Amino acid sequence: MNRKAFLAMLGRDAHVARRNFVPILLQTFLQPLMFVFIFGRVMVGSGYMPPAYKSLLLPGIMAISMVGTGIWAVAMPLIAEFQWTREIEDRLLAPMDISWVAVEKVVAGTLQALAAGLMVIPAAWLLLRPGVELSLHAPLVFAGVAALVALFSAAGGLALGCSVDQTHVGLMFTLVVAPMIFFGCTYYPWSALENFPFLQKAVLLNPLVYASEGLRGTLVPQFPHLSLLAVWAGLVLFNALLLSVGLRQFHKKAVS
Amino acid sequence: MVGIRTRDLRKVYTSPPPLAAGVGGFTFFRAPSKSKQPKPEIVALDGISLEIPPGEIFGLLGPNGAGKSTTVGILTTRVRPASGQAWIGEHDVWKEQTTVKRLIGVVAQRPNLDFSLTAREILVFHGAYFGLSSVERTKRAYALLDRFKLLDRADQLVRGFSGGMMQRLSIARAMMHDPRVLFLDEPSAGLDPQTRLLLWEIIREYNHSGKTILLTTHNMEEADALCQRLAIIDHGRVIALGTPRELKASVPGGYLLRLRFGQHSPELLERLRALGGVREVHATDANGADLYADRGGSLVPEIASLALAGRVDLYDVHLSEPSLENLFLHHTGRSLRE
Ligand SMILES: Nc1ncnc2c1ncn2[C@@H]1O[C@H](COP(=O)(O)OP(=O)(O)O)[C@@H](O)[C@H]1O
Ligand SMILES: [Mg+2]
Repeated sequence: MNRKAFLAMLGRDAHVARRNFVPILLQTFLQPLMFVFIFGRVMVGSGYMPPAYKSLLLPGIMAISMVGTGIWAVAMPLIAEFQWTREIEDRLLAPMDISWVAVEKVVAGTLQALAAGLMVIPAAWLLLRPGVELSLHAPLVFAGVAALVALFSAAGGLALGCSVDQTHVGLMFTLVVAPMIFFGCTYYPWSALENFPFLQKAVLLNPLVYASEGLRGTLVPQFPHLSLLAVWAGLVLFNALLLSVGLRQFHKKAVS
Repeated sequence: MVGIRTRDLRKVYTSPPPLAAGVGGFTFFRAPSKSKQPKPEIVALDGISLEIPPGEIFGLLGPNGAGKSTTVGILTTRVRPASGQAWIGEHDVWKEQTTVKRLIGVVAQRPNLDFSLTAREILVFHGAYFGLSSVERTKRAYALLDRFKLLDRADQLVRGFSGGMMQRLSIARAMMHDPRVLFLDEPSAGLDPQTRLLLWEIIREYNHSGKTILLTTHNMEEADALCQRLAIIDHGRVIALGTPRELKASVPGGYLLRLRFGQHSPELLERLRALGGVREVHATDANGADLYADRGGSLVPEIASLALAGRVDLYDVHLSEPSLENLFLHHTGRSLRE
């Protein structure tokens, strides 16, 4: 690995992110915050949802923003850079192993996803207050889970971005990202699926389940959630899987 | 100084080129095809061996699809050869990619500039990838922008640049880390004549500072004017190799007369062959014939009177001097321009 080249690429991504700060901000926050507002404020305020739903919802929203941001931040540039602007070629020719070019994208995406996740908490808290009962009883565990969730989202972005054709971006969101979010225990806890035993088992194949349940377990432990052991195992496993698939696909795209 | 060498490079593509219609989708979910149908195979390179000494401007000349870009791709780590080897200096390109990448600068055939950055930032970040200090990067970026006449647009996003400006910036970027070997894939395609001359001047200048340059082109004038030696390639093979002068001299006679008749006959072709100075005559179809000779204009009246005597209409005579175009035609029966 070539530290200088790697850092220079991170620098380039940071530079571009700064330049596009406002659109990135809108894209990260608008949708989750609207959701928080409608479900946490309007529905609860009008009595359709119990007040406790506010606290239950927040970790799920955090998972959604992290995963959405990570996937978007890695997949979209990759798709455009490989197929349209081809600008990735300049980085592939930098004096380091090309896998590091992919790793750099994942690191940049992880950082963005973390930032998105951590900023959703205060934003949502402001929107929902009063009545949100967050308890950060184990900050280190929370940090570890959040880091794994961010990494998983960026690794997913790598795998998707190197596997999906430019013309199928819309399909990627309808066929992969949207089902992942709806079946990802984001708006409801996993235990809520008890009456749907088949579905409850099937969703365990969805990595987002471990992300939302993990954040739930570390932020609002008063609600039922998957055991933290299962969360760690699931996140580590999916991270390893997505990273290896992503790197393999990246090599396929990068070298003909 | 660093040279380039390849031995028996072969490359077979098993998928159509990217961006072709109908490909794509979720490659990663696509089930492997069950039928044992052999995949369509495109043989892009069929045994390319080259030896380019350090400090040379070497040209790859050939029509579209000949395999020029694939050769450049293999030499620059971007394409994996099916078999054969390539070296930059002593370094095996495939096995020592990082070392090789430090030695080379590459201008790809299709523009690949970073659309989120300004011209100056593109150069500066490229310099940073190669570990140049911040002072050095700024200095070199300025000098290159000046040399390529891009200073007035230096701080604009390249999104709005014209094709010619993008091409100049791509070349500047490839030179930013002062590579020992520079690859230019069709550098002057789409440039206006003035910019082309500027480019030739810069290429010669860079070569004078001891650098090896490999460029591809399908433009004979460019190959002739710029390259010390050339390989003419077609269908993934080298069909001729040498200095432009040697290559032109290797065409039998040197002059080419492309003739069109109403309908020619074997007897007529035989008589044409018997004319003084004629080396070869090939029928191209029922009406056309290519005649290679060591004189040009003075043959025309003789051909016309032979045709008249044989009661054959002569419709068209196209006369050309010794050129690389004639050489290509002589080897392949096709024009480079087609
Ligand atoms: N990435 C690719 N995938 C599949 N086929 C390709 C690819 N790149 C080039 N080819 C095919 O290989 C042959 C040689 O192409 P190329 O090296 O680009 O030629 P040139 O640069 O001389 O025009 C052509 O038939 C082309 O269609
Ligand atoms: Mg080409």
